Amino acid sequence: MKTAVIVFPGSNCDQDMYYAIKDGLGEEVDYVWHAETSLDGYDAIMIPGGFSYGDYLRSGAIARFAGIMPAVIKAAQEGKPVLGVCNGFQILLEAGLLPGAMLKNKHLKFICETVNLQVKNNGTQFTTRYNQNEVIRIPIAHGEGNYFCDDATLKELQDNNRIVFTYSGENPNGSRADIAGIINAAGNVLGMMPHPERAADALLGSDDGLRLFQSILNHWRESTHAAYTS
Amino acid sequence: MKKVKVFITLKESVLDPQGQAVMQSLHNMNYKNVQDVRIGKYIELQMEDSADVAGQVDTICDKLLANTVIENYRYEIEEEVHS
Repeated sequence: MKTAVIVFPGSNCDQDMYYAIKDGLGEEVDYVWHAETSLDGYDAIMIPGGFSYGDYLRSGAIARFAGIMPAVIKAAQEGKPVLGVCNGFQILLEAGLLPGAMLKNKHLKFICETVNLQVKNNGTQFTTRYNQNEVIRIPIAHGEGNYFCDDATLKELQDNNRIVFTYSGENPNGSRADIAGIINAAGNVLGMMPHPERAADALLGSDDGLRLFQSILNHWRESTHAAYTS
Repeated sequence: MKKVKVFITLKESVLDPQGQAVMQSLHNMNYKNVQDVRIGKYIELQMEDSADVAGQVDTICDKLLANTVIENYRYEIEEEVHS
């Protein structure tokens, strides 16, 4: 599996993402600069956290129009796995690949801590290595992770099992329905505020995040194997 | 030249934690009659004259300046007077 980690000016979790895939998964991975225009040849696309373009105007608003974004949207439409973490999630929202928007955290503080997350849907290609309703330990680090959507969107997310992760216990940022991560209708674009790449090795305090990347790899292997044998 | 003044506000259905914090501060300053505070953005654009400045501003706001999931916008277009 060949993975692209998109790098914007102001990305700061790109190296964590790179090493989670290179060393954690042992798979091929490249940095792809935001000014590039093609993602052909990549099997999976990662949009890392950080403060793209200084978070000017709104988090993710300017990155959404970067040169690489049409290629990200194309990859998503082709069914390739696209993972947006933290600022990456905000960019996916701004790009319209996922519904809703981010507000400032309820208590206005930038929160940097490891939280309990509940896996609400282990049937996605990102979560098969988790047990349904399992509680995992993953760090968060954001000032605008207060997920907002209207009632109709929330109902659609709930009815179609598209809420993948929720905060377990105290909700740190005030997000609607304790949402920490959601997936698109097709099931190949996941956005989440917590950082699985920062929990990809026991040395970092938790390796619960590594299973998310293992799930993607597993799904990719199965789907390419199916393509060879069919 | 046109000067465009764009006002972006959070939708009424969206909680404004910043506004709430400012209101709390005003209450602490004894302005007890302040009932609500909503914080928005003000953006000025200078644009060359064209056939459809208003249409362009609408598109600019919809695509970039505002996130219409959570925000409303309105704008005023003025003739730029050079001094």
